[in-house]
Amino acid sequence: MLLAGVVAAAAPVVLAAMGETLTEKAGVINLSLDGTIVLAAMAAFAVAYETQSLVLGFGAGAIVGAAVAAVVAGLSIYGAQSQVAVGFVLTLMTKDLAYFLGNPYARLNGPQVAHLPLPGLSSVPVLGPGLFSHNLPVYFSFATIFLLWWFLYRTAPGLNVQAIGENPKAAFVRGLDPSRRQALYSVCGGILVGLAGASFSLCTKVGWGRPQGAEGTGWITLALVIFGGWNPLRVAAGAYLFGLLQVLGIHAQTWLPSVPAQVFQTAPFPLMILTLVLINLARRPSLNPPNPNHHWGRLVVKLLAVRPPAALGRPFRGEC
Amino acid sequence: MTALGQPATRPIVLVAQAAAAALGFCTLVLLAAGAPPFDALALILDGAFGSWLRLATVIRTWIPLCLCACGLLFTFRIGLWNIGVEGQVMAGAVMATAVLRWDAAPLSPGVFCTLSLAAAGVGGALWAWLAGWLKTRSGVNEIFAGLGLNFVAQSLILWLIFGPWKRPGVASMSGTEPLPESLWLFQDPSWRIAPVALVLTIAAVALTALVLSRSRMGLCLKAVGNNAVAAVLFGLRPAGLMLLAMLMAGGLAGMAGGLQVTAVYHRLIPSISSNYGYLALLVVLLSKDRALVAALVAFGFAALNVGSVQLPMALKLDSSLAGVIQGALALAAMGVGAYKKTRMKKWIAGWNHDNTF
Repeated sequence: MLLAGVVAAAAPVVLAAMGETLTEKAGVINLSLDGTIVLAAMAAFAVAYETQSLVLGFGAGAIVGAAVAAVVAGLSIYGAQSQVAVGFVLTLMTKDLAYFLGNPYARLNGPQVAHLPLPGLSSVPVLGPGLFSHNLPVYFSFATIFLLWWFLYRTAPGLNVQAIGENPKAAFVRGLDPSRRQALYSVCGGILVGLAGASFSLCTKVGWGRPQGAEGTGWITLALVIFGGWNPLRVAAGAYLFGLLQVLGIHAQTWLPSVPAQVFQTAPFPLMILTLVLINLARRPSLNPPNPNHHWGRLVVKLLAVRPPAALGRPFRGEC
Repeated sequence: MTALGQPATRPIVLVAQAAAAALGFCTLVLLAAGAPPFDALALILDGAFGSWLRLATVIRTWIPLCLCACGLLFTFRIGLWNIGVEGQVMAGAVMATAVLRWDAAPLSPGVFCTLSLAAAGVGGALWAWLAGWLKTRSGVNEIFAGLGLNFVAQSLILWLIFGPWKRPGVASMSGTEPLPESLWLFQDPSWRIAPVALVLTIAAVALTALVLSRSRMGLCLKAVGNNAVAAVLFGLRPAGLMLLAMLMAGGLAGMAGGLQVTAVYHRLIPSISSNYGYLALLVVLLSKDRALVAALVAFGFAALNVGSVQLPMALKLDSSLAGVIQGALALAAMGVGAYKKTRMKKWIAGWNHDNTF
């Protein structure tokens, strides 16, 4: 039961985190996640409500995600504006836009994704009810993790994504167009983020309102991508850990009534800061050549430290 | 670029272009929502300036926004994205409440209020220092450090309200027990503006303007912001200056938080920062490193926030229209900047081309 709850609660977070991982692997920080998810949730619900079609709802969410990511990429890569500034402004604006345009759709009963246990697999003991008795967005979130991992580490275009995120100049010399690919993968990542928003309002927290319940997810996703060291599998593990914390936080209310549930949900943030500190520690000269005095420290840092894409947040400008 | 014969665009033209673009976008949004754009705008203006009392509300909103914006000018000047300003406001509010809850009877209320505001400044500065320390000592990007600390501060406030500082009886989202009236910052009963807060804010604007444009410190911050490597060669220490800028930003933001407790809400509430920190980031993006411009933009933003409060009643629209307009303005400013940059690039390319042949 716990497993099922965690997997279902984490599905939109996993989708958004995979989108942002792809974007950041290509060297672009899309800081607008928190607002994008809310706006996509609103658009998806509104479209699904008007057309009574879930497919069109998810499509609307994806379009919103892609459009916001395109603005971030366009202004920062081609317009030489600060990437974080554009992303931050869009975070605030898209959320307000969602509340403004979504006002007529608040507290309405709209369509909802149907429960769809996978025949055969769902009757496997223990794992069946936990993993295979959900709905399509949840299965899609599983698939995304492995597809993204496979794409990034096992296909040529995926390796090119990494090359652009690590060293756009070298990639340019090898005949790739870093700007165009960064824009492309930002939009692809944005589509996943938009789908995450859609799965909030059509599946995880059905409906629209102010607040919808998806608020804050975007920031947590950004923290998870760092905590997971830009590796899809680790990021997904972080997302499920966060889902577990969310579920436990609800139960913890009975043991620790003085601690509000929201407090547990902020756990990813200290973990994110710790990860960032470790990234830097691993680069310290005192730990880098094997130093017998720092044996344990080196071991811990090596186990936990990750490395961000080297050109993250610094768009490629011009020819070399 | 003027040296090459390219006519420089005056800042006012840029502002006008951005405003026109934002206005166009907002009109489209209003039409999409099926609302009359002209009526909505008129309603916002009336809501902000329709009466003296409404103007007073705008000023009450302007105070924390402007304080945060002034603080952010220091960090922007040195090239730091102090997104943690929101948490710094909260830390200031927590410190101010902590001092005011401390029952030291012999102290007069005046001393108490002064102490609490000072503590608020220190609290905000400490919170900012933490992010700055993580940045300068551990290389943690200030955006992520600040963001993380924002959520930690929010958790701290929730925990305090539901735990140690909970109201006798039942804890609730309405906040801590209201402070005794003797500890409220003096204010005119009808206007509900604390003169001390107003004076502090105006002083902060003046101080920021002076320090940034007329002092050695302002010059040093600018030098590091423009080129940290060159600044080191000139004998400056970027890490120390970054911490200094963070302390200034945190101190002013903390003061804003303290004023929200002592002069506005008279207690600690979960949403004590009211997003003024995040909004101040937009203000600073629009004000080109100028304190006076920031004060004006902050005033305009405050007017939008206050004016849009009546939208739900009169036109059945959500009050978040204010946020849409503010965001559109900031985005349009960046869009115009991007347009100019690309045009400039083409022009330079053309110029080089002409000169090769």
